[in-house]
Amino acid sequence: MKFGIVTFPGSNCDYDAYHAVVDALGEEAVYLWHKDHDLHGSDVVILPGGFSYGDYLRAGAIARFSPIMREVSLHAERGGPVLGICNGFQIACEAGLLPGALLRNGSLRFVCEAVRLRVENADTLFTNRYERGQLITVPIAHGDGRYTADAESLARIEGEGRVVFRYVGGPGDADEWWSPNGSMNAIAGIVNAAGNVLGMMPHPERAVDDLLGSSDGIGVFESILSRVAA
Amino acid sequence: MTRYRVAIHIVPRRGLLDPQGKAVTDALHTLGFGSVQDVHVGRHIVLEMDASDTSAAERSTRDMCQKLLANPVIEDYEIASVSTL
Repeated sequence: MKFGIVTFPGSNCDYDAYHAVVDALGEEAVYLWHKDHDLHGSDVVILPGGFSYGDYLRAGAIARFSPIMREVSLHAERGGPVLGICNGFQIACEAGLLPGALLRNGSLRFVCEAVRLRVENADTLFTNRYERGQLITVPIAHGDGRYTADAESLARIEGEGRVVFRYVGGPGDADEWWSPNGSMNAIAGIVNAAGNVLGMMPHPERAVDDLLGSSDGIGVFESILSRVAA
Repeated sequence: MTRYRVAIHIVPRRGLLDPQGKAVTDALHTLGFGSVQDVHVGRHIVLEMDASDTSAAERSTRDMCQKLLANPVIEDYEIASVSTL
């Protein structure tokens, strides 16, 4: 399977994503330059973390108008998998691929640490290798990760089981008040209505090797592989 | 065509947690400005543009706000002024 990893000016997790796909998962990956007009045959698109366009205006606001994003949106409309990580989540929200927005962390601090997530829905393209309720450890590194949506959208994504990952602190306990960024309902990752676009602030691509503290993130990539290759 | 200078205020949508506004409120209170009830920190954008008249400039600016300058999920915008250069 071929993964296309988009490099925007200011992306800095594109190499980590490449490492996760090629070295940990053993699949093919290509970098897609933001000015490209085609996905070079990619089956899956990764919008990686970083600070595209210096986070000017709002995180992700300018990247969403990059030429490649037109192709990414068409790919998503066709049901193609899109994985937006960190800045990629922000870009996907700005592009309207996912509902809501990511705001400045409630603490106003950049948070860089390993966090625990609970897998809330293990029946998605991105999580079928996990168990529902499984706790995983994945790092976060962001200043603008406070997931926010209007009441109607929030009720819809909760009701439809589209909250895929939630931050948890104590054993199995989730609460927005101690989520690392103040996200509504401690939301860490969501999918779109069709289930083929995942946005998450934590970095699964940085958790694919026990040497780096956790390999819990590889499940996201293995899930995509098992579902798309099947 | 006339050249206009357009000023736009963009502020966090009311009702959303605004930690930056809260931090500034607290700092003002610490400085003794106890009368301050609430602070919202947003962006002020000034752009120069060519348009046939004031209403065309405003229309175009609204379009820009909806597409790029503001995010309607989290922000409100207001065209503060439109003046000729």
